[in-house]
Amino acid sequence: MKTMCRIVGLLVVVFCYCTSHAAVKLSKQQILRVGNTSEPRDLDPAILTGVPGSHIVDNLFEGLTSYDPYTLEPRPGVAETWKISSDGKTYTFYLRDDARWSDGRKLTAEDFAWAWQRALNPATASEYAYQLYYLKNGEALAQGKLKDFGKLGVEVLDKDPTKKDRLVLKVTLEHPTPFFLRLTSFHTLHPTPKHTIEKYGDRWTTEGKMVSNGPFKLSEWKLNRHIKIVKNDAYWDKNKVGIEAVYFYPIENSVTEEKTYKAGDLHLTSTIPLIRIPYYMKQLSNRAPGQYIDYKHSPSLSVYFYRFNTTKVPLNDVRVRRALAMTVDRKLLVEGVLRGGQQPATSFTPYVDGYKFSNKGLPTTVTPEVVAEAKELLRKAGYPNGEGMPKFEILYNTLEANKKIAIAIQRMWKEHLGIEVGIFNQEWKVFLDTQHNMNYSIARAGWLGDYPDPNTFLDMFVTGGGNNETGWSNPQYDKLIDMAAETTDRQKRFQHFRTAEAILMEELPIIPIYFSTNQRLVSQKVKMRDNGHLRDWQPNIMDRLLFKYYALIDINNGG
Amino acid sequence: MGRFVLKRLLTMVPVLWLIATLTFFLIRLAPGGPLSTEKQLPEEILRNLEAKYHLDEPLPMQYLRYMGMLLQGDLGPSFRYASRSVNEIIAETFPVSAIIGILGLLYALLLGVLSGIFAASKPNSARDYLSMFFAMLGICLPSFVIGPLFMLVFAIKLEWFNVSGWNEPKDAILPAITLGTMYAAYFARLSRTGILDVLHQDYIRTAHAKGLPGWLVMLRHTLKGGLLPTVSFMGPAVTAILTGSLVVETIFNVPGLGRFFVQSALNRDYTLVMGCVLFLATLIMLMNLLVDIAYAFLNPRVSYD
Repeated sequence: MKTMCRIVGLLVVVFCYCTSHAAVKLSKQQILRVGNTSEPRDLDPAILTGVPGSHIVDNLFEGLTSYDPYTLEPRPGVAETWKISSDGKTYTFYLRDDARWSDGRKLTAEDFAWAWQRALNPATASEYAYQLYYLKNGEALAQGKLKDFGKLGVEVLDKDPTKKDRLVLKVTLEHPTPFFLRLTSFHTLHPTPKHTIEKYGDRWTTEGKMVSNGPFKLSEWKLNRHIKIVKNDAYWDKNKVGIEAVYFYPIENSVTEEKTYKAGDLHLTSTIPLIRIPYYMKQLSNRAPGQYIDYKHSPSLSVYFYRFNTTKVPLNDVRVRRALAMTVDRKLLVEGVLRGGQQPATSFTPYVDGYKFSNKGLPTTVTPEVVAEAKELLRKAGYPNGEGMPKFEILYNTLEANKKIAIAIQRMWKEHLGIEVGIFNQEWKVFLDTQHNMNYSIARAGWLGDYPDPNTFLDMFVTGGGNNETGWSNPQYDKLIDMAAETTDRQKRFQHFRTAEAILMEELPIIPIYFSTNQRLVSQKVKMRDNGHLRDWQPNIMDRLLFKYYALIDINNGG
Repeated sequence: MGRFVLKRLLTMVPVLWLIATLTFFLIRLAPGGPLSTEKQLPEEILRNLEAKYHLDEPLPMQYLRYMGMLLQGDLGPSFRYASRSVNEIIAETFPVSAIIGILGLLYALLLGVLSGIFAASKPNSARDYLSMFFAMLGICLPSFVIGPLFMLVFAIKLEWFNVSGWNEPKDAILPAITLGTMYAAYFARLSRTGILDVLHQDYIRTAHAKGLPGWLVMLRHTLKGGLLPTVSFMGPAVTAILTGSLVVETIFNVPGLGRFFVQSALNRDYTLVMGCVLFLATLIMLMNLLVDIAYAFLNPRVSYD
């Protein structure tokens, strides 16, 4: 018996050794194939909007800062070090001497100054120019109120006073912006190559012309076929880049994407088909210890919610809004209808960077007590048992998931409050138009944060904000958002946000419904480099893919 | 014949102008525009963008500007794909649709006409019912059912083809067959009906009476008249099949024109919508012209002079 145990033990050790040994063998071919939903609009960092394009551009360019692939904490990028003034309004970036464009040209602070002026210039018409409004005079320049771009809060200095090396960038901000070092890794703030843009104009991002400064450079751009990027040998940190090339496939049909993945032609998908979620969830819960499951789902920085038109009877009454918001059974929606690991949302801002607002006012499940409370609110508002309630509808853009949610909520309100609500859908652009013109009662909405900070969610509902679109306005709320912008102390700042969110959740111009998840399939071959170790793929909350840190290994099923 | 063709080509010009004008104003009547986005843009950035695309000008002015470009053969820049012009997008994606379309058409014609002949050669027999049953099935099954089915069998189980993408020549086959199946079914039914019509004509009986073998009668006499319904269906079929299908292109992730056509309308990409509509209109008119010419050759009773 004892020898038996020994043999088994030995076998286990040998087996473990074999598997772990097999798991670190790098593939000869470091070519990554990625599903990327759709054709990007452009690859110009200043012009680009949308997730598919940013996945590519994030790997083609590098900003002053880069970021940790897991935590998204700022890391040195083109800037080696930086200094922040005590009032938090002046940032001095010291650029590395060996930063180069992919054509070998030296990258200097002037490239950043020029790129930011270009992005703000009304002639460039950048949709994301507002990401540069944090710079001194940025907003005035974009609006054309100020014409002299010399007044923008950027200044180019020399690191070495004995020779002109132009490697110091002094940035002056309007307000202390604690998330500025995160913004500098966002694509609107990436450097753009003046020398090629002046030569080729709008067409500088096309195949054969494009020059970039990141770990990769553009190799092929075949419309709706693929975009291929290859390792950039001029990149300062090229020794850390293991991946030789990445193919991005614009596969719009998630079923096709999944099948292509199963056939072994993709390493990473962009999503998974809705109907397959229960199947993969089951796989996750049934897995053996140590078994690799390629289905990954993780919280994303986004929230699904309904807007109220607070200028319209009866939704101008906060008691009606509260009764409606309370009787949405979030838990049932998430677990019964969506089933993709989403989290019920009882507040507006997802958990981000240590910020959390716990709202006691909204329940996740609807209990008889909740129903009684909601009915009482309706009675006080003059609609006992929902009687005499003016008719209103839920509007959503045409999409299967939106429809399911709207139907479920329609039923919940009928069941709990006795209110008959209509639902109707509109094609995307028509929907946007209707919502913008406030021709709705309740409208479906979603928000994806631009940077990991509560501000990207909460500054939405300031009076007259472009994305408010509820007609709601609260001077105290506006003041708190302004105060948060002026505060450098993190805890105090978060406190302002919490107070603001409490007001938002008290007055409820919106119904938070759920916090979304990112879902994708990731092959076991995909690993991430972390200080010389290879680790399993891990998501981050912004769903950013930094292929600089990726590696492909051979999986030998026999060993 | 030459004069007929010239006349038809000349009438295309006012028709195209009419189509261009109608499309230009209709697409602008649709709510929302190329610049409406979920994240509402600040007013001043919206103004900058409008100025860039001349959307701030009065509509008649925009119309004149567009017509001026059109006369020079320039379909303008795409709103959605900032670094591409509409001309480039069509030039890059239409050949893909055309390859799949031509292959699909050949397959549809071959399979359709052959099974039509097969069925008509013995009407109301088991072979007639069997082939017409399959033809009916082909018409009824939409491509979003056939496509994934073919993918499952030929790409995933048998591994003869790639699941999706457009990298090797054989990637054209599954999309082409998916696209062609419905047309093959139509062609089968149309050619069967056409042949049956002709079979009772006097000249066929005469041919048989002269002692010609059955297959020669079929080839030389019956087919010529029997294919007329098929040929008239070719006009719309060829255009529909050549310009790509959104469904087939999405299922197999093929970079054809069909996807751009549909998405341009959803994105309110004004210039791309216009470009696709005008390109397709020209193609439809040319195909109809070709069909009419083919008619003259097949049917001696038709003459254009």
